Amino acid sequence: MAFQVKAAPDEPDLLFLPWNHMLEEWPDEATVSLPKGISRHIVKFVRLHGIVYAIKETEQPIAEREYELLQRLGRRGVPCVEPVGVISGREDRQGHELPAALMTRHLEFSLPYRALFSSTLKPDTAIRLLDALALLLVRLHLVGFAWGDCSLSNTLFRRDAGSFAAYLVDAETGSLEGKLSDGQRSYDVDLAVTNVTGELMDLQVAGLLHETIDPIQTGEQIRERYERLWSAITSPLVMSPGERFKLDERMRKLNAMGFDVAEMMTSTPLHPSDDEIRIVMTPKVVDAGHHARRLIRLTGLDVEENQARRLLNDLDQYRLELGLKTDEEELAAHKWVTEAFEPVINAVPKGMRGKLEPAELYHEVLQHRWFMSEKAGKDVGRDKAVADYVKSILVNKPEEKAIIGSKIGSEMDDTQEMRIVFPSELEDIDEVELN
Amino acid sequence: MASVVFENASRLYPGATRPAVDKLNLEIKDGEFLVLVGPSGCGKSTSLRMLAGLEEVSDGHILIGDRDVTDVPPKDRDIAMVFQNYALYPHMTVEENMGFALKIAGVEKSEIHKRVLEAAKILDLEQYLERKPKALSGGQRQRVAMGRAIVRNPQVFLMDEPLSNLDAKLRVQTRTQIASLQRRLGVTTVYVTHDQVEAMTMGDRVAVLKDGLLMQVDTPTNLYNHPNNAFVAGFIGSPSMNLLDLNFDDQGVIVEGTHIPLPSASLSAAKAEGLSTITVGFRPEDLVESPNGFPLTVDFVEILGADAYVYGPVKTADGSEKQVTVRADGRKTPNRGDVIRIQPTADHLHVFSTKTGNRLG
Repeated sequence: MAFQVKAAPDEPDLLFLPWNHMLEEWPDEATVSLPKGISRHIVKFVRLHGIVYAIKETEQPIAEREYELLQRLGRRGVPCVEPVGVISGREDRQGHELPAALMTRHLEFSLPYRALFSSTLKPDTAIRLLDALALLLVRLHLVGFAWGDCSLSNTLFRRDAGSFAAYLVDAETGSLEGKLSDGQRSYDVDLAVTNVTGELMDLQVAGLLHETIDPIQTGEQIRERYERLWSAITSPLVMSPGERFKLDERMRKLNAMGFDVAEMMTSTPLHPSDDEIRIVMTPKVVDAGHHARRLIRLTGLDVEENQARRLLNDLDQYRLELGLKTDEEELAAHKWVTEAFEPVINAVPKGMRGKLEPAELYHEVLQHRWFMSEKAGKDVGRDKAVADYVKSILVNKPEEKAIIGSKIGSEMDDTQEMRIVFPSELEDIDEVELN
Repeated sequence: MASVVFENASRLYPGATRPAVDKLNLEIKDGEFLVLVGPSGCGKSTSLRMLAGLEEVSDGHILIGDRDVTDVPPKDRDIAMVFQNYALYPHMTVEENMGFALKIAGVEKSEIHKRVLEAAKILDLEQYLERKPKALSGGQRQRVAMGRAIVRNPQVFLMDEPLSNLDAKLRVQTRTQIASLQRRLGVTTVYVTHDQVEAMTMGDRVAVLKDGLLMQVDTPTNLYNHPNNAFVAGFIGSPSMNLLDLNFDDQGVIVEGTHIPLPSASLSAAKAEGLSTITVGFRPEDLVESPNGFPLTVDFVEILGADAYVYGPVKTADGSEKQVTVRADGRKTPNRGDVIRIQPTADHLHVFSTKTGNRLG
């Protein structure tokens, strides 16, 4: 079979990677290796011109299927890694066939869950992780995607104004259907509970789980969170003709949760014989990202949902301070970007900007300003807050722009559950001998 | 352990005109290894997912043991989907890795230990129970993953193309392992694959599906030797059976001006059906050279060692050419352009209705 690239990647240099070698044999200087899982695949990361790509070796039909699935999910606005291409028809120099490879673009500032805590996983972090994972599962189910292997390990997390936003990494076991049955959803949730509990138990055995966390009870919480969210989003609304307020209330609630509603479906009169006619309406949710979409429209800033919420609040306050009215929001937004947001980001020394995403930095500075002001009994002002934040907090944070694995990875060689290490050692591929 | 029954079970997707699974009637015996096989879109995965509770059953019933589970949620069906998750946890021992799902289910510690021990015996993992996954070989890790499903003592194992992400060599190895493990455990197993070789080598019985319909369910030997219809005849076996639509008279079918005699029962059945042509099937290995045989001009010879496959075209009833495959002795092969005369052995000649595809006589 001839060497074949399914999708021309934006990065032509990817074509010149040493495809005639097993991934396992690729030079260490260029890559960071994930140890081989028991039956999963070898995954390595390469960095080209500052962008990190994940490369996974697998059978060609599986690589192509996952590539298409990720593409379809991405088009539907589901948070997942971005597929770049499938390389097939690989042969080594003796002409032996090599497995196909799926390439995805590594998500900047995303972290595997094991990199989100330094000593032990604490209850509040665990809960925030489960919240993010439950929301991701709901969003996937809303578009008709049955995951088949929902777990913390198959997810990447981005910081989101004190919470986390979850991204699907591994779609290999999944399938995109028109609409999921209750059975499919509940099976997916069962798998998530089992997987997460297993992951927490493993942390516990390793002494990495805070002593107050019970893996079984905590794992079970993913079900509760999922079900609460699912029912809040999809349960039908019953109302009488004079109860329009119920509809408004429901829309507001969904918006507050970050969901947009495209239309209310199925208007069925209930009990037509009753004196009072009642109507059943089911919201057709477009997707999460209500605030993120509003912020991008106003400012062009593409950020996570909670970050957007935080930034929009700040923008509102800024507008009021300027004495601008609600209908002058766009003008206010323009001024806010150039006079509030950008100065804060620019005040951070360049060398430290890889530690947090700009929106997360801004959120942290806002928070820091609030703490400082409370302590001082008066507003300390932006410049002082940024300077103090950089000096006392940011300086101690690790670089998070391209963490590919956890720092504790080296202790856990050789099974599928871990993702490994040390991006700082990555070199540009130009320096690697390709022969 | 339990039997499984599909009783007129159908799945019609909203908006679809044809059911994905159409009135499936299938009885799987207690302890049996049943394989569902067929081309993509035949309804095999949908059937399995109906049994798992992942697809709604639009019509009919599904029973596990004596219990009607048609409307029972997946987790209450006492089934285990195997190989959906290969994850092993690096800090947990083999015993913990195998037993943790039981711990979640609230099973008592002593019971968990007992079940893990039993499974470890079957899987040859007894001496590794205290080890971490890191200290195991690839094959041992795979067995630990299997152990996770086994300790649950489910009534039925369900497997949906579990080998599809393995390379060819590992696929063959694991195929054997799963089949022998299933026999040792004696747990009723329903296994889905698109690969007929996998189906034939693994199943006690194989159910062949096409377009949502069950075409035949039988032992691998019977499917091979007595296919009920032309679809099964062509689907089972590699290389495929030769299937030719041919004109016929009172003696048999006519190919390249030569008769292939057919049993009178088949011929009268064809006449009764008002057929103008008959579909005749013979496997590549069921052809012998004979002066009375039909002529075949050799187009191509593929030598595999002991065996060779000889290919050549013949004209069918509608005038089109169809390639015939003949198995030959690898040491005595004809050359390209040679004309050989070959005849199907009477015992292994299959006769089907061109109209319905069903076996005649």
